[in-house]
Amino acid sequence: MSRLVIDPVTRIEGHLRVEAEVRDGVVREAWASGTMFRGIEQILQGRDPRDAWVITQRICSVCTMVHALASVRAVEDALGITPPPLAVIVRNLIAAFQYLHDHVVTFFHLRAIADWMDVTRIAEADPDEAVEIAQAISDWPGNSPGRFRTVQEKMGALVASGLLGPLANGYWGHPGYTLSPEVNLMLAAHYLEALDWQREVVKAHAILGGKNPALQSFLVGGMALPVDLDSSAALNADRLAHLRELAERAKLFVDHVYLADHFAVSAEYGEWSSAGERTGNFMAYGDFPLDPSGDPASFAFPGGIILDRDLTAIQPVEHELITEEVTRSWYATQAGAVHPWDGETDPSYTGATPPYRYLDTDAAYSWVKAPRYEGRPMEVGPLARVLVAYASGVPRVRELTDGVLERTGLRLPEMFSTLGRRIARWVETAYLAELIFTWLDQLTEAMGEGDGRIHAGPWDPADWPPTARGVGFHEAPRGALGHWVQIRDGRIERYQCVVPTTWNVSPRDASGTPGPLEAALVGIPVVDPARPLEVMRVIHTFDPCMACAVHVLDARGRPIGTIVEPG
Amino acid sequence: MTGRTPSPTPTELLTSLSRREFLRLCSFMTAVLALPARYGTRVAAALGEAATSGRPTVIWLEFQDCAGDTESFLRSSHPTAAEFLFDLLSLDYHEVLMAPAGEAAARSLAEAMERTPYLVVVEGSIPTADGGVYCTVGGRTAVDTLTQVAEGAAAILAVGTCAAFGGLPAAAPDPTGAVGVRDIVDGRPLVNLPGCPVNAVNLAATLVHHLTFGELPALDELGRPLFAYGSLVHDHCPRRGHFDAGRFVREWGDEGHRQGWCLYRMGCKGPAAHSNCPLVGWNDNTSWPIGAGHPCLACTEPRFWDTSAPFYRWMGEEHLPMRRAREREGEGVGVALGVGGAAVAAGVGAAALVHQRRRARRGADTPAPQGGAT
Repeated sequence: MSRLVIDPVTRIEGHLRVEAEVRDGVVREAWASGTMFRGIEQILQGRDPRDAWVITQRICSVCTMVHALASVRAVEDALGITPPPLAVIVRNLIAAFQYLHDHVVTFFHLRAIADWMDVTRIAEADPDEAVEIAQAISDWPGNSPGRFRTVQEKMGALVASGLLGPLANGYWGHPGYTLSPEVNLMLAAHYLEALDWQREVVKAHAILGGKNPALQSFLVGGMALPVDLDSSAALNADRLAHLRELAERAKLFVDHVYLADHFAVSAEYGEWSSAGERTGNFMAYGDFPLDPSGDPASFAFPGGIILDRDLTAIQPVEHELITEEVTRSWYATQAGAVHPWDGETDPSYTGATPPYRYLDTDAAYSWVKAPRYEGRPMEVGPLARVLVAYASGVPRVRELTDGVLERTGLRLPEMFSTLGRRIARWVETAYLAELIFTWLDQLTEAMGEGDGRIHAGPWDPADWPPTARGVGFHEAPRGALGHWVQIRDGRIERYQCVVPTTWNVSPRDASGTPGPLEAALVGIPVVDPARPLEVMRVIHTFDPCMACAVHVLDARGRPIGTIVEPG
Repeated sequence: MTGRTPSPTPTELLTSLSRREFLRLCSFMTAVLALPARYGTRVAAALGEAATSGRPTVIWLEFQDCAGDTESFLRSSHPTAAEFLFDLLSLDYHEVLMAPAGEAAARSLAEAMERTPYLVVVEGSIPTADGGVYCTVGGRTAVDTLTQVAEGAAAILAVGTCAAFGGLPAAAPDPTGAVGVRDIVDGRPLVNLPGCPVNAVNLAATLVHHLTFGELPALDELGRPLFAYGSLVHDHCPRRGHFDAGRFVREWGDEGHRQGWCLYRMGCKGPAAHSNCPLVGWNDNTSWPIGAGHPCLACTEPRFWDTSAPFYRWMGEEHLPMRRAREREGEGVGVALGVGGAAVAAGVGAAALVHQRRRARRGADTPAPQGGAT
């Protein structure tokens, strides 16, 4: 038995440490630890609830707007505010562009580059053959001999210079890399193209939110973005046309490059369809209303619970069954598992004094808490979302999923795997690239009708009830996100976020049940412990976001106050 | 690839740039840096030099961060992120972008630290409370890592308000004792590039300045480059004319809001914000927060999370230009909105007054965010 430590886990957001016991070349047990804490909830206390979205948006800037959206929804829920249709549509568009941007960047720049590709093999590639391969799967005009040659020379020169920059010390030459030099070259060309693409497509966020990262146009009650076809200071006909152009550019790249390359990688690494999923429970809150009223019944991704991989019995999410516990986290012990409304948090670091070599994994070992649904660990994210939509019979999700399964020769049960998570991302990216045009049409129509309402009150805290509490949900790219807020006398009394990575990278609970990532790592082979490529692949399919995952709670155990009944 | 290829020209190395695009890039950087136009050729020569021979080593450290500054860096357009990554710099350590993990990543850091002097970029604040346990990487505290890496630094760029001044983690009540680089590191050239996040243009320009002149640009008393932080948002705001004329947005989505009037009464902190936002914009100058109808938060200022909050509370009468303008303001609104609009505006004013009184009463016994701008 030997102890494998990966810290930092790179190519993710934030600070994650994974320790694993490896015996006979196989992971027998694993522990995931969040090693950074900021105490954002403590900072939120006493502040104006209308400011909360600005603050929570800084929990993470990789999918930069998700906490802003969950936050305004929570405060709106507390105050009984229904944002006007224009605001609902604009929020859908912002979130959909976020998905396309995030999934493409994550695939090319954070995953393919070193999980599946070996950049040192690019020099061996025959560019003409690479073009042939690329053109066989996609008619993307960038797949030209001239372009591929330039990229080959560029990457070849980089490797030959010995100054590999961010690519130095990768696990190059690992036997787990089996893509041909030609496919490696194609992926490298698209890595570079995607770097330029993401910078352009994200301009949709600048149009709708002033800037990216950290959009600045959300409001409790709607959006700050004025809408007026004829005003140069508002979302007007010109900017609408720009948005449509960006949506087309996004869809083109998604369809012809991202989806094609995804397919090429999935086809090569088919063995990952039988490993990397061991929890069996999935949860999606549901999101993306197709009806501008925001009606949950019109969600493009419905909510639901899957237990024990049973796709025949989707259950509705009952929010009161969500609990969190801190038995194995660095917080003073609270009374068992409690609902987010009732969580008391008193950080109390009991780990080794830094610098340390190993965590004491028999005791508390993470800043991440352990959320559970009816006592069960749940996986959230693209796989949960797509499986719930599939099992709920959403026609387009079924078509896309069946299509990709057929192309890759996989069966539905093989979706419960590392590869399944990748395929689910593929499906939802394709789905949202289409839906963006639905929302652009809705926006055009509303603007044509002269609807300029972007905000609904009450805005002034003097008009609010003395106490109120509410919850806001969003399906973030990484999964089910919930914010719980309690308001008293116009100020935040308590604030709680339970975020996707908290679910996925949760530590063990009181019963010793590991979180979904910890469970997924068990049984994974490690051919070369000095280069744990296989472990990185499994970790990365969860797309951990550690800045999000670490519970944003009171760091000094100061009194938080009593529970407020809805006002 | 065998043997040495003939030295490529800078334009060949910089990703698929034509000579014209390359020169445009250089003149854009020269303009952002507020240098005389003739420096464009010097910038071009320096970028060419970096591309052909000595891409300088850069170590990018992340502590209590949200990766917002990394994401912003990826949005850079002049030069692009790809050009920085593969042509101009050797970004040897960056946890979000690097291939290796764990021990292999630590090896990358150790190797980069042998290539002194290198550039260091720091993102995120550094927690100092309780022995630094609130942020560890590889079992080491942020304080420990930063102190050691800083020793060999030619210069340190603290990107974003967290690395510069402590930022959000340091906001009241500062649960983790979070500080900026300046409170940890002594004796190394340090530039603060605040903003939440840093604007990619200003990070790019600072890097280009260092590549060109081998030193940091001129700084203000808070360590911020004057080219980017030397003037107030308010001074260059395209809505300044509306402010001077007393034309203010009163409600979200009202006529003034749709016409791009001044957001001062909605809480805009532009008069306290040192930034070139109105000049360079965001995302290739596609827009900026005020352009999207939302008040400025003054996110480039130390402790703005406390001093700008509540974000929608206005800065008060003292910033209004003069009494005469205030009188004109009433007329302006009356004319534009008609009698009904004026009545609404008066109603809002009264409610705000009541609210402010309630706030003042509560102030004494409620733990409130520090500062406050009234």
